[in-house]
Amino acid sequence: MLHHIVLRVIAKFIIPVIMVFALYVQFHGDYSPGGGFQAGVIFSAALILYGLVFGLDNVMDVLPADLLKTLAAVGVLLYAGVGFETMLLGGNFLDYDLLAERATEGQHLGILLVELGVGITVASVMLLLYYAFVGREVDR
Amino acid sequence: MIEVAIDVILLAFMAVVALAVVRMHDLFAVAMLFAVFSLLSAGVFTVMDAADVAFTEAAVGAGVSTILMLATLTKTGREERHIRSAVRPVPLVVVFTTGALLIFGTSDLPRLGDAEAPVHTHVAPRYLEQSEEEIGIPNVVTSVLASYRGYDTLGETTVIFTAGVAVLALLGLRRRRRTARTEDDH
Amino acid sequence: MRFLQLYNYEIAIFLAMVGFYVVVSRGNLVKKVTGLFIFQTSVFVLYISMGVVLGGSVPILTEGAQRYSNPLPHVLILTAIVVGVATTAVALALIVRIKEAYGTVEEDEIHQQDQYF
Repeated sequence: MLHHIVLRVIAKFIIPVIMVFALYVQFHGDYSPGGGFQAGVIFSAALILYGLVFGLDNVMDVLPADLLKTLAAVGVLLYAGVGFETMLLGGNFLDYDLLAERATEGQHLGILLVELGVGITVASVMLLLYYAFVGREVDR
Repeated sequence: MIEVAIDVILLAFMAVVALAVVRMHDLFAVAMLFAVFSLLSAGVFTVMDAADVAFTEAAVGAGVSTILMLATLTKTGREERHIRSAVRPVPLVVVFTTGALLIFGTSDLPRLGDAEAPVHTHVAPRYLEQSEEEIGIPNVVTSVLASYRGYDTLGETTVIFTAGVAVLALLGLRRRRRTARTEDDH
Repeated sequence: MRFLQLYNYEIAIFLAMVGFYVVVSRGNLVKKVTGLFIFQTSVFVLYISMGVVLGGSVPILTEGAQRYSNPLPHVLILTAIVVGVATTAVALALIVRIKEAYGTVEEDEIHQQDQYF
């Protein structure tokens, strides 16, 4: 594997930077272009890069497929859970005004939680797609 | 004026790339042109003031879609079978007729960028004006996506989840071998 | 003269027709998926062109900006892009399974094999 050494060194520098950038895009989506979808895809791109350079077995050790399946469901349930929470507090489905004292704070909290749910689901599903496609044995 | 020039140049590049995809037989090159097409469209979206859309198109189209297409090509083979006559008459006639009808149909749309067009005067000003006091975050696209039209975004998240479930049902995951992992043939 | 003011729409329709031609006239399934992607992306260009406002800025509320571009097509196309990648992934997974079942991804060879049943 010595002929891949340039790739390995550069990947070790860049992967944490990509992950931090994904978190920045996720939480700064209120003030600049960004949000849950973009952040989820960028985060999964960091892990796909790790899988391309270091091998599929290594990336499946870092994030096992069972954990990803659970996380994908957790993201959707977080989103729907916020909706049901507002119904339990007496309003309509996904009516964020009721989540805090003032309406705008409730909206902020609701949008934050909802975008987090979207980001978690998108990141786990993109990584699961990569695992499924690349892990398929070629029998020719 | 410079924006119009950039816009026309990028769209011309996209047309050239699309025509190259028609003509090429090496599918690896077609996958690379796929990524180039998606990146050029992200450029067009940026020139047309759609920053969120450009971000998503660049990440999704030039990133994840290209990876999946290359992974498919490792399983299905790299060459498209050559056909003798490259231009078929019947599809060409169908495509020309559809294109002519569409251009005729869009010929009485309002001029590009017209601020008095009907699409800009009904719902959009209400969102742009009321978003500051009702929601209070500067990014109007996020506030429309997550709050005003939040129910659609829930449906979209469910679609992504369903696509993940469908691909897992079709392809499955590799069972990790519990035996020796010392020889790694990657 | 009217056509020169609508050039974005026309180029988007031209790109859509090129993608349509790839889907209809080529037999390789992976190339058909590429044609569908070209068609999809050119429809997105058409929609975003409808949302442009001359003299407007990105729809992020800032001090001192009078006009903003219409945010509603942006939201619609964001959703459409992500749904598009989901359907493309499922289509590519189906192609991998077809290759394993039939041994080929050319459309007429698949039809020939099906006729023997």
